[in-house]
This record gives sequence, C-alpha cells and structure tokens, in this order.
Amino acid sequence: MSTSYLLRRLLWALPTLFGVAVVVFVLVRVVPGDPIAMMLPPGATAEDVGRLRALYGLDAPLLQQFVNWLGALAQGDLGNSISLRVSVVSLVLSRLPATLELVLVAMAAGCALALLAAVAAVLFRGRWPELAVDGATGFTLAIPDFLWGLLLILLLGVLLPVLPISGRIDPVVSFDPVTGFYLLEALVTGQLRAFGDLLRHILLPATALALPLAAALTRVLKNSLIEAMSQDYVTLAQVKGYSRARILWRVALRNALIPTVTLTGVQFTFLIGGTVLIEHIFSYPGLGNLAIASVIQRDLPLIQGLVLTFAVLFIAANLLVDMTYALINPRVQA
Amino acid sequence: MTPFSRRRFLQATGVAAAAPFAGSLLLSGCGQQEQVLTIAYNVALPSWDPTTGPSSVNPTIQTYYKAVFDAYVDQNPDLSFKPGLLTEWGWNDDRSKVIMKVRENAFWHDGSPVTAEDVVWSLERAGDPASGNPIQFVWGKIGNFSISGQTITADVKEFEPTLFKWMAFLTGYVLPKKAYTAAGPQGWEEKPIGSGPYMVEKFERNAFVRLKAFDKYWGPKPAFDTVVIKMVGDASARVAEIESGSADLTLQIPYEEFDRLKEKSGLAGAAYPVSDIGMIFISNRAPMLDRNVRLAMVHAIDKNSIVKNLLRGYGTPIDTLQAPQYAAFDASIKVEYNPGLAKELLAKSGYSKDKPVRFTVQTTRGFKPKDYEMMEAVVGMWREVGIDATIETYEIAKHFELRTRHALAPAAFYNWGNSIGDPSTSTGFAMFSYSPHSAWKTPDVDALIGPLWGEKDEAKRIAGYQAADRYIAQEGLVIPLLQYAQPVVHKDSLQFTPHTAGFILPQDIKPA
Repeated sequence: MSTSYLLRRLLWALPTLFGVAVVVFVLVRVVPGDPIAMMLPPGATAEDVGRLRALYGLDAPLLQQFVNWLGALAQGDLGNSISLRVSVVSLVLSRLPATLELVLVAMAAGCALALLAAVAAVLFRGRWPELAVDGATGFTLAIPDFLWGLLLILLLGVLLPVLPISGRIDPVVSFDPVTGFYLLEALVTGQLRAFGDLLRHILLPATALALPLAAALTRVLKNSLIEAMSQDYVTLAQVKGYSRARILWRVALRNALIPTVTLTGVQFTFLIGGTVLIEHIFSYPGLGNLAIASVIQRDLPLIQGLVLTFAVLFIAANLLVDMTYALINPRVQA
Repeated sequence: MTPFSRRRFLQATGVAAAAPFAGSLLLSGCGQQEQVLTIAYNVALPSWDPTTGPSSVNPTIQTYYKAVFDAYVDQNPDLSFKPGLLTEWGWNDDRSKVIMKVRENAFWHDGSPVTAEDVVWSLERAGDPASGNPIQFVWGKIGNFSISGQTITADVKEFEPTLFKWMAFLTGYVLPKKAYTAAGPQGWEEKPIGSGPYMVEKFERNAFVRLKAFDKYWGPKPAFDTVVIKMVGDASARVAEIESGSADLTLQIPYEEFDRLKEKSGLAGAAYPVSDIGMIFISNRAPMLDRNVRLAMVHAIDKNSIVKNLLRGYGTPIDTLQAPQYAAFDASIKVEYNPGLAKELLAKSGYSKDKPVRFTVQTTRGFKPKDYEMMEAVVGMWREVGIDATIETYEIAKHFELRTRHALAPAAFYNWGNSIGDPSTSTGFAMFSYSPHSAWKTPDVDALIGPLWGEKDEAKRIAGYQAADRYIAQEGLVIPLLQYAQPVVHKDSLQFTPHTAGFILPQDIKPA
C-alpha cells in the first residue's frame, strides 16, 4: 500500500469531518428545545435568562457561534458540557475506552461466532447443521440488537440470574484503574478478580451487539466459502487427498475472507451506532449512554462533541477497512 | 490426519462458546461480596456541587445530595421541618434580621468541625449572582452576616417568607469553605466533602456511586455501612435489577410491574403520594379566553376514573395546585366532574358535539407514568361534551422552551414538583405572570398573588394563596389532575421509610 494512497484517504476525511461539523451544528440548533429554558429557576427574570445565554455563548448570532466553535475545535477544545460542567474533551476521553472495549469485544465475539457457524454450515452442507445455521441467522437478523439486549437481560439476568445486567464493574470490587481500558488493564496488571468481573459485565451487552453482526457475517462468509469450494484449486486439493475440513480451513477460507473483511468494516460502524441503545439498556457508562443523556438535556456542546467523535470513529473504521482491503487486493489503490 | 467429524466440531464450538462465561465466573469469585445496600436509581448524578448549575435544581438528584451533605434545615418524611446543620432559625420581631444557630457537634468528612464561618460562606456564595446558584433570587435577600459563637445574624435586605423553607430544599446545603476553596470547582467533583451520614468512597460518572457511613456523623448511625447507588436510567432494566436480586431497592417503575413485583416472594412494595402533580397548563389565548370553554374542559374530566383505570389506583385526584400535604391545601375547594354542566357551558358559547370547539393540547409521552394515555383519556372525555382537541407530543426540552417563550399550545400537560410544600412554589410560580414558568398571564391573578410574595404574616400569606387557588379553580385557569404516587420495590428484608418529597434516603433504610 502506497503512502500517497494513505495520504489521499486521510485528506478526504477532512472535508467529511467539516461537513459533519456543519450539519451537527445546524441540526442541534434547529431541533426544538432550548437548553437555557430547562435551567431556569422558578424566579428567573429576563436578565437571568440573558445572563445564562451569554454564559454559554448562546447570545451571539448563529454564524458567530459557529465560527467560535470551529476556532476552538481547531485547537482541540470542544467546549464545556452545559449539564455536567466538565470539558467535553475530558468527558469523551473518559467514556471512549468503555465504548471501544465493548465494540471490540462484540466484534471479536461476532467474528468468532460467524466463522464457526459459516464453516459448520459449509462443512456439513445439506445436513441439519446447515439448516440450523441458516435458520439461526435469519432469526437473529430479524431481531434488532436492543431487543436482544432485553431478551438476554430476561434470560440470563432475571430468569437464570448468572450474569450482571448493568454497569461495567461491580461497585464493590476493588479496582482503581489508571487508563479507561478497564478490561485490558485488569488483564495486563494481573488483577484477575476485577478482570473476571469486568468480563461478566461486558458479556451480555457485547453478546447483544454481536449476535446480529455474527448473523450478517455468517451469511456472507458461508456464500463465499461455498463459491470458493467450487473453484479448480479446491478440486486439485481434493485430488491430492486433503480432507474436506483441511481444504475448508486452509485453502477456501483464505480466499473467502475478502468480502467478509469489507462487510466487517461496514458492520463495525453499525456496531458503534448500536452502542447508543445497548449502553442505555445495560446502564453501561460509555459514549452511547452519554449521548442519550446529552440529547435529553439539550446539552449542545456535548451533543456536538459526541457526534464528531462518532464521525471520527466511523471514518477511522472505514479507512482501516480500505487499507486492509488495499493490502489484500492492491488493485483498489489505483 | 483425523477426519473432522460433526461431533468434534460441535464439541469444539460448545467449548469455545462456554469459555468466556465460565472463565468470567471463576475469575470474578462468585459470592465474595460484602453486605451492602444496593439501590437501582433512575437518575444519574451530573455534579457533586449541590448549590450551583442546572443539576442543583433537579429534585430527583437530591437523593444523592441528602446522603452526603447536610442542609441548613432538614425535612421530615411528611415535609415538616426539623433541625439540620442549623438547630434554631427564625426572624426577629420586625422581620429585619434572621438569627440562626449552628450545630456544635457536626464534622466534615475530612474530620474538621463544621463552623459558623462555613455556614456564612455557603450563604454568601449562594447569594452571589456570579456563583451560578439558580436560587440566588432567594439567598440574595439576606446579607451583612455577623457571627457570635455558634450564632449567626444577618440583615434582611428583602423579606422572603419562604427563606427557611428553601433552606431544606434546592441548593440549601452547607459546604466546607476551606475544602471547597482549596479544591476548586473541578477538584471538588473529584473529592466532594460533606457533613452528611455518608461519605463518597467511589464515583463513576453515569455508572454508580459507592458511599461509606461517616462515623463522626452527628445524627443516628446509618444501618448500612456501605451503600451503592447504581444509575439505571431504563425502567425495564430497573425492574430486572430488583427481580434478579442485583439491587435491593428500586423506584419509578411502571405500575403494572410494581403490582407484579410486590407480590413476588422476597419483595415488598410501597406506592406513596409524593410532592409532584400532573396538571394541564392553560394559556391565555383563544379559545381559552372564553371562560365557558375553560370551565367545560375542567368539568368534563373524570379524574377519579383516570387514577383508577389508568394508574391502577396509584395517585390522588386534586382540584388545586396544592396536594393534601402542602401548607395551603384547602379541602373545601372542589371542582366537580359534571359532563352535563360542561355541555351547558359550551352551549352558551355556541359549541356542541356537532360543532365542537377545536384546539391543540400538548403532552409528553413516556416522561411521566401514562402521561400520553392520560391525555388520550382526557381528550376522549372532552369529545363527549363538544371539545375536539388534537394531541401533539413534545419532549421535555421543547416544553420548557415553549413555556419560557409563553408559546405553549392552548392546553399543555406537564408535571409540577414542590418538595417544600409552600404555595409560592406551586401556585405562585405556576400562575404569576412574571414567572417564566407560568402559562396563564393575566392581571387579575397577579393582583391576588403579587402581594403575597413579601407577606410577613404567615397565616395571611397562606390564606391569600388559598383565595387565589379558589379564584383560579372558579375561573378554570389551570387544570390540576392528580398527585403522583411513587412506586418503590424493595427486598422484604428491608424497612423502607417513604418520603413525601420523593427522596430515597439510604440513611433511613434499615434491615426489617
């Protein structure tokens, strides 16, 4: 992969981000709901209202507000949250690791499930495992991730209460992390009790996110595998006496992965979007949960900061997929 | 090479799927938890400063603050007042001075004593417009403080009859001068220090707060040494929390779930009236300028039926903005359900079922229990007498924006809290035209309420509000619907004390 290709892609990301910034700035101001009106105490006077507007920079003309915001943004300052009175950057940075951990665990689980299911379906083609995989993928895709979340809470949280259903870690577990990546940090530092508890807490929300992802990936991978298994090189391998399982794992899978990698990247962005509801349902303290609270409070600086963060994540994910794809298939760099 | 069989594949898959689950169980060490009280709470805590910013005036947040900080004046579960950090308080005879006595045996969580200087600093800071205290308009009415031992005296700049009531409510908390100024606003959020029954041991924003009992607390020692308040915003998740045993107590769940859960073995429930009412704001614009239309709207609503059939009996129909526990509640003010009278009134203005009066009514959906359904029922009742109202839903933020701009629809459903139970914070701010939160703005109502703001004779002040409530009811200037009941479900091994202000105070929860 050439450096110029990478630079070109990075440069393309800038106008996209600017476009997102414009859209989100305008949107949050067009959507009904005045954050100042929500803060007014019972005895507030017109002067109080004016004072509050000036305090949050909402008294300036819209264009001036946008220029101010953009200027601060260029210096890495996203302003202060109106409702939480903390800098948006620090809020985002404190929550981002939680969401990234959730997404990555969900991604890993989804990919692993998809791999197992697709291989099983192709390995036992025309028999009940394939029927079971086809049925399960259809069923799983028909149910959105938030509903999976509720079902998992009911099944493994209430009816068979074996897993925690809210939060990121049990509040009584002694764990004082230095970074925001709790799971990783607990593992690296050998705090196994905390690691186990963190893993238990992340299992249900990650599974809720992973199931629809796994179903989508299974379908694509299975079809790719079936196509790969009909190629000449597979016939050659069969003639050489390799077992079906070995051909599937060692020969066909490598070729079948290309379309799956592309889809995985696309699904990654959906996964990040899916965290908003899943984090709310599981009271998981990540960006998604924060996003819901900020919208309810009409916390304009926080909404803007979060949308921009999500946009950066989407762009980064797409860039990563393109780069991976370019590595696999150099023709796309042209 | 060994052939790859279906059996082998399924075995491998099963092991792979079970590994994370089994591993997490083993590593987390099941059943090693100490005895704690865990509350699944419905609202997250945005800030640890109970005196400034938007969260300081959010009544639902006060549960956290009341556990960690002491108010100047405390409140009993029935809304009556009792000593907090002040053991005595009052005015002099001509109401030109306030005199307060600070408790002697109180300590901050860092071990230092609570002093009269701390109280004065807290009051001066609250009264400073630059501090960002939303109730500054009350606190700024006293000043020029002087201290003699534990006694504080201050001049009354403008008489505020509810001053000491506010000392038990929003932003009425004492903070440590030395610790706060040393930490600064940002540092304070990291390590808040109060003088209340619990200390903040660990706080994860939007996730949980772990509290530890303060052994030098001046009041009764709390029954639980450790309290965890988990912030669970989703009602169905709170139901799951209590049902799975992950939480010992939760609140604000659907009444259907409340009825189901309280019957379950090991659980108990309490649904009790709180200082929060559901009401329909009426704006002084057409067609509401027609008295007949307003009164017809009022008389057409069967509140008892709404409470009984929609809220499963959890709620109390009301006829004024005063709930029965409030200081100016007057049981003699009654607005009868009389659809026949409603039809007659509408007929006088030329309206009937065939020629109905039309307007828009706004409501939230899902913000309060059965809010939208209640408005659907009300609209149905109105239709029967000749009122054709179109429902428009709005979000909380939109409601506040419209209310502040005096641009609500002719009728708009919302709720109104009043934890100090004073009529100025219900009828006063909801009906006085100069308040940004009133919808009906006319001089006749102002003439009744205006003189009461600075009324020094308490009995006369309360009677004045009762007279205003009577006038408002007779003119149909607002439609009070019901006082809400707060559903709380807890383990039956706990003894829970309902608080009319809606606070869930961990210090008041004991083993049964």
